[in-house]
Amino acid sequence: MAKQEKQAIDVDRVDKIVARHASREGALLPVLKEVQDLVGYLPEEALKRVALGLGLSLSRVYGVATFYSLFYTTPKGKYVVRVCESAPCHVQGAPEVIAAIERELGVPFGETTPDGRFTLEMVSCLGVCGVAPAVMVEDRVYGNLTPETVIAVLQEYR
Amino acid sequence: MATVKLTVDGVPVEVEAGSTVLKAAEKAGINIPTLCYLEGIHEVGACRVCVVDVGAKALQAACVAPVAEGMKVLTNTPAVRTARKTTVELILSNHPDNCPSCVRNLNCELQALAESLNIRGNRFEGARNEWTPDVSSHSIVRDPNKCILCRRCVSVCEKVQGVQAIGPINRGFNTVIAPAFGELLADSVCVNCGQCILVCPVGALYEKDGIAKTWAALSDPGKHVVVQTAPAVRVALGETQGGEPGEVVTGQMVAGLRRLGFDGVMDTDFTADLTILEEGTELIERLTKGGVLPMITSCSPGWIKFIEHFYPDLLPNLSTCKSPQQMFGALAKTFYAEKKGIDPASIFSVSIMPCTAKKFECERPEMRDSGYQDVDVVLTTRELGRMMKEAGIVLDKLPEEEYDPPMGLTTGAAVIFGATGGVCEAALRTVYEVVTKEPLKDVNFKFCRGLAGVKEAEVDLKGTKVKVAVSHSLSNARKVLDMVRAGNPNGWAFIEVMCCPGGCIGGGGQPIPTNTAIRQKRIDGTYTADERLAIRKSHENPAITAIYKEFLGQPLGHKSHELLHTKYTPRGRYRIRKEKAAD
Amino acid sequence: MRLFRAHVLVCAGTNCSLKSNKAVQDRLVREVERRGLADEIKVVETGCFGLCEQGPTVVVYPEGVLYCRVTPDDVPELVEEHLLKGRRLDRLLYREEVPAAGAAVSAGPKAFQTVPEMNFFRGQVRIVLRNCGIIDPESIEEYIANGGYEALGKAITAMTPAAVVEEVKASGLRGRGGAGFPAGLKWEFAAKAKGDTKYIVCNADEGEPGTFKDRLILEGDPHAIIEGMALAAYAIGATQGYVYIRGEYGLSIDRLQKAINRAKEMKLLGRGIFGSKFDFDIEIRTGAGAYICGEETALFESLEGGRGEPRLKPPYPTDSGLFGKPTAINNVETLASVAQIIANGAKWYRGFGTERSPGTKVFTLTGDIVNEGLIEVPMGITLREIIFGIGGGVPNGRSFKMAQSGGTSGGCLPAALLDVPMDYDELAKAGAALGSGALLIMDDTHCIVDIARVFARFFMHESCGKCVPCREGTFRLHEFVENATKGKATPQDLQTVHALARTMALASLCPLGQAAPVPLLSTLQYFRDEYDQHINEKRCPTGTCRGLATPAKALSAAGKGA
Repeated sequence: MAKQEKQAIDVDRVDKIVARHASREGALLPVLKEVQDLVGYLPEEALKRVALGLGLSLSRVYGVATFYSLFYTTPKGKYVVRVCESAPCHVQGAPEVIAAIERELGVPFGETTPDGRFTLEMVSCLGVCGVAPAVMVEDRVYGNLTPETVIAVLQEYR
Repeated sequence: MATVKLTVDGVPVEVEAGSTVLKAAEKAGINIPTLCYLEGIHEVGACRVCVVDVGAKALQAACVAPVAEGMKVLTNTPAVRTARKTTVELILSNHPDNCPSCVRNLNCELQALAESLNIRGNRFEGARNEWTPDVSSHSIVRDPNKCILCRRCVSVCEKVQGVQAIGPINRGFNTVIAPAFGELLADSVCVNCGQCILVCPVGALYEKDGIAKTWAALSDPGKHVVVQTAPAVRVALGETQGGEPGEVVTGQMVAGLRRLGFDGVMDTDFTADLTILEEGTELIERLTKGGVLPMITSCSPGWIKFIEHFYPDLLPNLSTCKSPQQMFGALAKTFYAEKKGIDPASIFSVSIMPCTAKKFECERPEMRDSGYQDVDVVLTTRELGRMMKEAGIVLDKLPEEEYDPPMGLTTGAAVIFGATGGVCEAALRTVYEVVTKEPLKDVNFKFCRGLAGVKEAEVDLKGTKVKVAVSHSLSNARKVLDMVRAGNPNGWAFIEVMCCPGGCIGGGGQPIPTNTAIRQKRIDGTYTADERLAIRKSHENPAITAIYKEFLGQPLGHKSHELLHTKYTPRGRYRIRKEKAAD
Repeated sequence: MRLFRAHVLVCAGTNCSLKSNKAVQDRLVREVERRGLADEIKVVETGCFGLCEQGPTVVVYPEGVLYCRVTPDDVPELVEEHLLKGRRLDRLLYREEVPAAGAAVSAGPKAFQTVPEMNFFRGQVRIVLRNCGIIDPESIEEYIANGGYEALGKAITAMTPAAVVEEVKASGLRGRGGAGFPAGLKWEFAAKAKGDTKYIVCNADEGEPGTFKDRLILEGDPHAIIEGMALAAYAIGATQGYVYIRGEYGLSIDRLQKAINRAKEMKLLGRGIFGSKFDFDIEIRTGAGAYICGEETALFESLEGGRGEPRLKPPYPTDSGLFGKPTAINNVETLASVAQIIANGAKWYRGFGTERSPGTKVFTLTGDIVNEGLIEVPMGITLREIIFGIGGGVPNGRSFKMAQSGGTSGGCLPAALLDVPMDYDELAKAGAALGSGALLIMDDTHCIVDIARVFARFFMHESCGKCVPCREGTFRLHEFVENATKGKATPQDLQTVHALARTMALASLCPLGQAAPVPLLSTLQYFRDEYDQHINEKRCPTGTCRGLATPAKALSAAGKGA
């Protein structure tokens, strides 16, 4: 983690995002989202710029960043694989799909593969229950998965 | 005033419209237990311990539920009892069981609650959160394992102190209260005021222990152990032994300290008087020679760290005077050592403070002007209480004794340093007479007193009009500083800022509980002590006259500059974290 | 407007878009052009058609013939047969099992030729979904051509705000987000609240597992939401609206933003709408992954830039909501119903549904059901009609075990309750909830305790942590159910968890904590024997819980395949 934090962050671009939203009411979430889109996650340095720019305390900004599951305060793999394990996916075979993903990538959920390619994440619901079980890789959703087809999906990102 | 009629457990009661059910129950003589509730500061209804049946689908939190006309409140139904009990058991299921060795044992709201709800065991044995306690701060230890997530500390830090050093991180069962990024308290903007400790219902926040080092020094025959006691300690120490808040126990405390084995028992009040001479002279100089105005007091170390973090641009406005504690420390290992013929290296200097920030202050690198660490250990009022308890000392049974010379003589002006407005009032008592060269008719500057957030007045020094302001609690300090930043429209020349609500008598090292009513009683005790003293002006203290004659020369003189004045460190709001070798 | 002899509608709802609908559409366009039919035949990308299980679906109008599971390679033949020769392509027609009600026995599949004939559609009444799957959601012209913005025009030019409130009140429309609070009454409170600045907020933070109706309404008919919000704003006196959409709903956000932009261009949003003095604008805000933000006060906290932790009520949002101003907050489906009510009148709307729950309800069917998808039916229809009529029953010859209604915070309905009418009050009586309209159907291969564990885990993950009963309770509840699936729970634990569940339901600060124990309580109520087998006999009758004894004839869901 420390190693990755040393990577230079484009502070000017973070400041520009903050400046663009600063006059909006309740700007913090939209700002965090854009900063994360820019940097890939929400590093300490960027959150400090956000706090300064919006006139908020660091504890408030960090409290918000850690509340929401789509915000990351640590670096993630190149692709975030989000797997739904709520009831609709569960009854349609999500446990087998999850086991297949863990076998294929060799790391448990919540972790990143050693090559930094995939981060596995369990989520509550992706809202595509009509095609359960489903996974989301980055912004793309895949549905009606089986242990076999999910491997094929992962291969696309290898 | 519109009122509302309702019944609580069948007892009819009439209260102001907009009152809470809790207040109505109180009026009806019915006790509803609370836990997260902190009147005026933290009213969120989140712990759910105070739930009652008001006829709604779900139970309501009495601490926040508003009354309604004709409401029938039931506080003792099977559902209410089950809910309260289960809720407290749930808290206990994620809380350590080591009550006997906890710093808050027998003074713990959770423990008392479990007792009052007749809890005899826990049905929810299971996994618990495990966090690493944060012992990085010189002042405050944070143990999240004991934290019950009531968030009173967060509210006090944000609303009363305006610091926002800590907040909730993560969500659900993983929630933890900590500084941003989970960083150490010592690396955060925490100003060490300890107000969070005062409101913590359990032992999740407490002062860094100074007792062990003190006992070690006291039992070391090679050490000459001196102790100083801050003005606010004498009106609160009695509470640690069941006494009334505000009861003045100065003489018994001195006797008790001797019995603990201190070799020199002296008074921070002495250096409070000295502060008035130094600071008063500094003010007159700034006023007459065109120095930076308004000049702001510098005796409250939580306040000092606050301005260093949040208003570093205003550091030139601070008086350069050290706090009375640090003046005492510097003199103990120079003046006192010389006078007593003791090697300063063998002096161990302890101070008893109402304050946790003082623990940080004594460790500041600039506080070594005697050639040694000027103050070795700071004990809070609470810690002194514990030591006395351990040593079997009962204050009530002790005779009143006098402080030791040469730093034991004190004035009423010094005593009132403990209450908000006291420094300003003490300064005015001296500055008036120095400037006008006439005796004051009435030494009581009453506008300085009381719990209003910001007090201000214009003082007429025989033609020279000086505007002064007094603030306590850092959220009020922010208001004052923002005015100064905005060009000081009220034209203040002198501002007293105290970090804690009510001043030092409400400090983070004082006995728990400390609340508004108790603060007021300690303030009353402070002014009683002032009135009882023969000398009420600092410049009339003969011991002060003597030290200038024998040792210091004159206020703001060379020796004063060397030992009694200091510099400040701009810190900035967000510290850039140092590269860590590990991880 | 140009006239085409045929329209070919390709479903582009999220669920179909996961099944290469885009390739089918591209191929259709190419094929139509290649054969020189571009002037006669229009290919339209629509929102969700509802039959997600059969996607990608293609409907050819004017006949209304539905083709299912269409692949790009099917396209040339489809165009050749249907659009050139006028013959239906039999092999892609929708086939429906026709089960005897309540049983899984089938009389054999029957091919249906057109949409109105199908059981799936015959039982439906489409008010909210009237445009979904029918119009191009990115075309404001198509929305207008189908009667869109007429209600708004009527309200602004011919009705007072109070009259709009009255009409909605008279319609009996109740909040479709789950709580069922009368929408008109909410508007009336907001309209009467003191304050110059008021807000209308559309709650599109659909997070209830098994629910995707709001997503598909937003994708399929975004202008209906805009029109509904504008009507609400007019009624309560708001000039600014916010739509709070889940961060995960990329397509919904995209389509709605396009629709807002178009509406502004057409002066249907912005200043002086319909030449009146009524100004109204809408801004989209996205969530960041927190189920609790579907709770209205938590949503406000989030919209204001904070942690999504619920506030105390009172004050209610209509007095002090977003940014402390009077706010009417309505669910997507509620707002999507409003324009139709204003256009056709309260009396018309009351012609559907039941006395206390008028109108229609959108349900999402998931789990062990033939027709997984999106449907809209009159309130009061029975669960049996939905599952075995419209839904086509339970597949694979299995029998129905239970339905969970209203998502994770709803209750479970066993076979004995199949004839319960689906409306707010009847379901509440059965210990379940209409909730968001999710219907998760489970067959007899599923272990109740295992399912309860999944529900419990959901709440443990999604508890905000503010109040004790929910924060600690959801954790302990999950601990108990997980122990039960491992054979580690005791009968004493079961008693304890009862007290815990009651406390959570009674004493939690917000509806999340209050609902968290509902799945456990309702499964305990109807499937107590299965819990007892796990706890007392350390046995899992379906063989789902590994590590527990399994009866000889286990019905394990594992390996069933998808």
